[in-house]
Amino acid sequence: MEIFLIDKIVLIVAVFGITLLFALYSTYAERKVAAFIQDRLGPNRAGIFGILQPLADGVKFFLKEEFIPAHADKALFILGPSVSMTTALMTSAVIPWGNSLELFDRVISLQITDLNIGILYVFAVVSIGVYGIMIGGWASNNKFSLLGALRASSQMISYEIAMGLSIIALVMTTGTLSLGEIVQQQNGSIFGISGASWNIIYQPLGFLIFMICAFAECNRTPFDLPESENELVGGYHTEYSSMKLGFFLFAEYTNMFISSAIMSSLYFGGYNFPFMDQLGLSHNLVTILGTTFLFAKIVMFIFLFMWVRWTLPRFRYDQLMRMGWKMLIPLALINIIITGLLIVVLK
Amino acid sequence: MDQVKNSQLSEFGIIFLFIISGILFAGLVMITSKVLRPHRPNEEKLTSYECGEDPVGNAWGQFNMRFYIIALIFILFEVEVVFLFPWATVFGNKKLIAATDGLWAWFSIGEMFIFIAILALGLAYAWARGYLDWVKPDQEIAQFKSPVPKKLYENINTKYSGKTTIER
Amino acid sequence: MDQLVFLILSIISIGAALAVIFSKNPVYSVLFLILTFFSIAGHYVLLNAQFLFIVHIIVYAGAIMVLFLFVIMLLNLNKTNETSKSMLPKIAGAISGGLLLIVLLGAVKGLNQAEASQAVNADMGSVKNLGKILFSEYLLPFEVSSALFLSAMIGAVMLGKKNLKDH
Repeated sequence: MEIFLIDKIVLIVAVFGITLLFALYSTYAERKVAAFIQDRLGPNRAGIFGILQPLADGVKFFLKEEFIPAHADKALFILGPSVSMTTALMTSAVIPWGNSLELFDRVISLQITDLNIGILYVFAVVSIGVYGIMIGGWASNNKFSLLGALRASSQMISYEIAMGLSIIALVMTTGTLSLGEIVQQQNGSIFGISGASWNIIYQPLGFLIFMICAFAECNRTPFDLPESENELVGGYHTEYSSMKLGFFLFAEYTNMFISSAIMSSLYFGGYNFPFMDQLGLSHNLVTILGTTFLFAKIVMFIFLFMWVRWTLPRFRYDQLMRMGWKMLIPLALINIIITGLLIVVLK
Repeated sequence: MDQVKNSQLSEFGIIFLFIISGILFAGLVMITSKVLRPHRPNEEKLTSYECGEDPVGNAWGQFNMRFYIIALIFILFEVEVVFLFPWATVFGNKKLIAATDGLWAWFSIGEMFIFIAILALGLAYAWARGYLDWVKPDQEIAQFKSPVPKKLYENINTKYSGKTTIER
Repeated sequence: MDQLVFLILSIISIGAALAVIFSKNPVYSVLFLILTFFSIAGHYVLLNAQFLFIVHIIVYAGAIMVLFLFVIMLLNLNKTNETSKSMLPKIAGAISGGLLLIVLLGAVKGLNQAEASQAVNADMGSVKNLGKILFSEYLLPFEVSSALFLSAMIGAVMLGKKNLKDH
C-alpha cells in the first residue's frame, strides 16, 4: 500500500511538472510560431534563440506590483484566477500518459488513476471551468471585465453541449467511459497494421465537432471573443496584473495542452502507434516509445491551435452563437443517429 | 466484490489527492508572489480601468435577457446529455445483443431516438421562435442614387483595362 | 477511514450550507452552495454511486449554478439595495422549512436500520447497470421525462418572450 502510494505521488508530481513545463514553453512556442507565420524573428534575447524567455516572463509575473481595484470584491478577485488555474490542472489525472512500465518486479501504470467514469470526469471539469472566468470577471467591477466574463460563460456553456454530444457518439462505439480502456481499444490492428485502429476512423465528424468545441472551451482564436482586445481591452482579465494575470494566461495554455492530450487520447490512439506490436521490442521500450508518440501528437495539436490563431480572424458574437446552437448541436445529433444506425446495421 | 468497491474508492482518493495538490500549487504560487512583489498602492492605481476616464457608475448591473435564456436551454440540454451517457455505454453491448438476438440494439436505439426527437423538437421550437438568434447589426444599403448610369463606369473599365468585366 | 472522510464531508456540507444562508452577499451564497454540492457529491462517492457523483457535479454544480450565478450577478442584489425587508417571507420560510425537517425526521425514524446495513452490490452505481435498468425497468418514466424537458424548454422560451419585448 505504501509503495503504491509513493508511486502515485511521484507520478502526480511528474504530471504536474510536465503539464506546467508544457504550458510554460507553449507561451514561447506561440510567439515563435507567430513570428514564423508573420515572417519575424520572435523572442531571441533571453538565452540562445530566446529559449529562456518563458523563465524571464515568469520572474516578471512574480515581481511586478499588483493592483486590486478599490471597488472590486477582494476575496472573489483572488478566488477567480485560482479557480481557473486549479480546474485547468485537474483533468490530467485521468489521461493515460502511457502503457505500464515493468520496473523492479512491479508493474507501474503511467495513468494516475483509471476512473471508470473518466470521460465524464473530464466533462465535469470542463463544466466547472466556467467559474474561474465568471468569478474573476464579475469581481473586477469593471464593464469590460463583466462583458468578457459574460461572453466567455455563454460561449463555454453553448459549446459544452455539442462537445458532450460528440463524446456520446464516441462512447457508443467504445462502450466504456474509462479513458484507459478507450486508449487500449485503439491498439487493435487495421489492414494488418497493429496499433492503428484509431477512433478518428470511426468518428471523423465527431472529432471535428469535438475539436471545434475544444477551441471554443479554451477561448482560443477564432473563439477568443471574451478577451477580444480591440473592443473589450483585455476582456475578463482587464483589471488583473502580476501573478493573477499570469494564472489566467497560464490556465489558457494549460487548457490547450490538456485538450490536445484528450484529443490525442480519444481520437488519435493515445500512446498507440502503428506497428507497435510488430517491431518485436520489449514491453518497456514500447511503452516509452508510445509515450513519446503521445507527446508528439500533443505537440502537433498545440501547433494546430497556434496555426489557427495566427491564420483565422475572430468570429462575431452572433456568428459564434449561430455556429454553436444551429450548426454544431444539430450536426452532433445527426452524428449520434448515424453512428447508432451503423452500429445496429453492421452488427 | 468488496475489493472492487475499495479499488474504485482509492481511485477517487487519488483524484482527491490530485485536486488538493492543484489547490496547494495555486496557493503556494500566490503566496510566494505576494511576498516577493512590491506593494505601493495609491488612489490613481486603484481606480477601475475605463479608458483613462473616471469610471462612471457601477459595473454590477442588469444584462440582456438572452444570456439567461441561453443558460436555461443549456441546462435542459445538459441533462439530456447526461441521460444519454448510460444509454451510450450499454447500447453497443455485444452480450446483450447476442442474448436478445439483435433485438436489444433496435429496441434501445428506437427508445433513444424518441427521446432525442422530443428534445430536438424543443430546440426547433426555440429556434423557430428566434431565441437562438443574436442581435445582428443591420446591413444598411446606401440610398444614394448616382445620376451617372452604371454602364458608363463599366465601359470605361473595359476600355482601359483591355479586359472584360468578367475576366477581371 | 471511510468514517473520517464521511465526517469531514458532512462538516463541510453543513458548514457551507449554513454559510449560504448567512452570507450577506447573494453571490457568496451561490458560491457556498456550489461548495455544498461538491461535498454532497463526495458523499455519493462514499456510497459507491459514481455516476450519480459525476452527474451531480455536471448538472448541479456545472449547469444549474451557472444560471443562478447569471441571475444573481446580473440582478445586482447587493445588501446596499436590498428591497425586501418584510418579516412575512422569513416566517413563511421558517414554517415551511420546519415542516420539511419534521417530514425528514419522520422518514429517517421509520427507516429500518438492518436494511441499510445490508451489503450493496459494488457495481450497483456503475453506469452500465444504470443504463440497463433505465432501459428495461424504468423505460416509461425515462421517456416521460423527455416530455417534461420539452415542456420546461417551452416554458423557458415563453418566459423569455415576455421579457425580450421590453428590450
